[in-house]
Amino acid sequence: MTTREETNRAIARHERNAAARRGVRRVAVFLVFLVVLSILYTGYKAFGSAVDDAQTDLPVVGRILPRTDDLTMPPLLDIAVEFGQPPQRNSSKPLGAFIGEAALFTLREAAFGFLLGAVLGLGLAIFMLRKKWFERGLSPYLVASQTVPLVAIAPIIVIWGSKSLGWLPFTWEPWMSVSIIATYLTFFPVAMNGIKGLQSADAAAMELMRSYAATRRQTLLKLQLPASMPYLFAAFKLAATVAIVGAIVGEISGGVRGGLGRLILDYASRYTTGPPRLYASVVGAAVLGILAVGVVTLLEYVAVTRRQAARGAR
Amino acid sequence: MTGSDTGSKVAVSIESVSKVFNRGKPNEVRALDDINLDISEGSFVSLIGPSGCGKSTLLRLMAALTHPTGGSVTVNGKSADKARLDRDYGMAFQTSGLFEWRTVTQNIELPLQLMGWEKADRKARADEMLELVKLAEFATHYPRELSGGMQQRVAIARALAFRPSLLLMDEPFGALDEMTREHMQTEVLDIWARTGKTVVFVTHSIPEAVFLSQRVIVMSPRPGRITADIEVPLGVRGFETRESNRFFEKVTEVREALRFDKGGR
Ligand SMILES: Nc1ncnc2c1ncn2[C@@H]1O[C@H](COP(=O)(O)OP(=O)(O)O)[C@@H](O)[C@H]1O
Ligand SMILES: [Mg+2]
Repeated sequence: MTTREETNRAIARHERNAAARRGVRRVAVFLVFLVVLSILYTGYKAFGSAVDDAQTDLPVVGRILPRTDDLTMPPLLDIAVEFGQPPQRNSSKPLGAFIGEAALFTLREAAFGFLLGAVLGLGLAIFMLRKKWFERGLSPYLVASQTVPLVAIAPIIVIWGSKSLGWLPFTWEPWMSVSIIATYLTFFPVAMNGIKGLQSADAAAMELMRSYAATRRQTLLKLQLPASMPYLFAAFKLAATVAIVGAIVGEISGGVRGGLGRLILDYASRYTTGPPRLYASVVGAAVLGILAVGVVTLLEYVAVTRRQAARGAR
Repeated sequence: MTGSDTGSKVAVSIESVSKVFNRGKPNEVRALDDINLDISEGSFVSLIGPSGCGKSTLLRLMAALTHPTGGSVTVNGKSADKARLDRDYGMAFQTSGLFEWRTVTQNIELPLQLMGWEKADRKARADEMLELVKLAEFATHYPRELSGGMQQRVAIARALAFRPSLLLMDEPFGALDEMTREHMQTEVLDIWARTGKTVVFVTHSIPEAVFLSQRVIVMSPRPGRITADIEVPLGVRGFETRESNRFFEKVTEVREALRFDKGGR
């Protein structure tokens, strides 16, 4: 009996180590790709400049492929250095701090939107599971809702939010409208994958619950929801990125200040006075997206993978 | 064709039951026709017959997972539906149907949780059941870490955890290899002897039916009918049982009964 326990403990240890190794490998691959992409960018730029310097007037670079001058493709080092520089002569902080603050602002919008969208989406999925007619009737509208261009609805939501939500017990801030836009984009994948996941519960397992005379609520909580976790987390990952993109686009088209969207818009409109600034803020947005998906992946590991991972072959 | 163990109480009573799927449609199936069967309390009864003869359907009727087109099913003196709501039976299927996100213990505790047992009681009962199926040291394992035979034992423990008086099993060892299968058969008989449940066991293996049961119900397909009801008075089973002449005689008798169906039509 003790040997069995020891074996189990050894297996558990092995499993933890394996998980750690997988994590390290993932980071390593990510870094390798980062280096490869940097080399490609820099290499192409060097190649373009060489061709240009030699005055060979090759009809490729600058005509078909992008130009390689510093205005079009600022050197990577300039972009990296830019994070530490003040974006304007009279700025009090380096650009990195501005981007960080803006990213946090956008993250707040996206996070609230995501949470609300996830709850709404899951609620909708559960409702659709119970009322088949509702699923059939609503599906076209759900699909249609996602094909309406965001740039059109964003200003409507922002105006509507600031004009007609005075009755709320708290003041409606413009960023909250952006959250609603993120919600609007988040609930769709969650609802669609949610219904698929809830229906993925094994027929035999459903019958087992019936044999226990389980209530609908018990069947939902003990069987259908756990069975839907892989589907839900796939949706959450998609929704996390979509919420951030939605928040950035929402800020831009709704004219909301304080976040990455506004920052990107500003630096884009003054591009010629400092191309690396725009690049740096785009990098900020990308990092924010990676972080968001990373958090969801971590949650998935804690909630699903870790518990279900096979403890290796015996 | 009613119960032959006269004197004891009837656990399951099936009267003139028929079951037609997709009635009136081109794909109509007469799965069961005029079934009459009484199963007495505490007995071990097997249903045997070729694939498609309605064994699972008959078992599902007892479980009130489906309803007869004609006739009536009575379990413990009440309607099958009432018996289901009263949790009078536990079920085990060919696939163990364990929830992969729950540990062995949590799987066994599932029905107890649904029935509102206190946490401490659940734990105690799960430990007890794990002892019964000899899997105590696997309590915290996940189903996919167990072999097929072990998974089936967990499924049986789960089916018995809430102390139902009736155990319904649909080819529970169908997916197991021969050696594991024989081992599981001994285990099930042991559990049956210790708990005194009524067991209805669906199988398509003749030796399995003869080895396990006090009574073998032979069925034939299209429409599903009971064609023979064979008593198996082999006493307490042991290692020698499978090699005894009386065991072979019974196996032959069941085989003949199954063959006779085919010859008859
Ligand atoms: N839900 C169902 N709908 C339609 N036909 C069914 C259904 N369940 C079973 N049948 C049919 O009823 C017959 C008996 O099936 P079943 O009870 O599963 O047989 P067995 O378990 O003996 O192999 C088969 O012909 C099968 O196709
Ligand atoms: Mg069957």
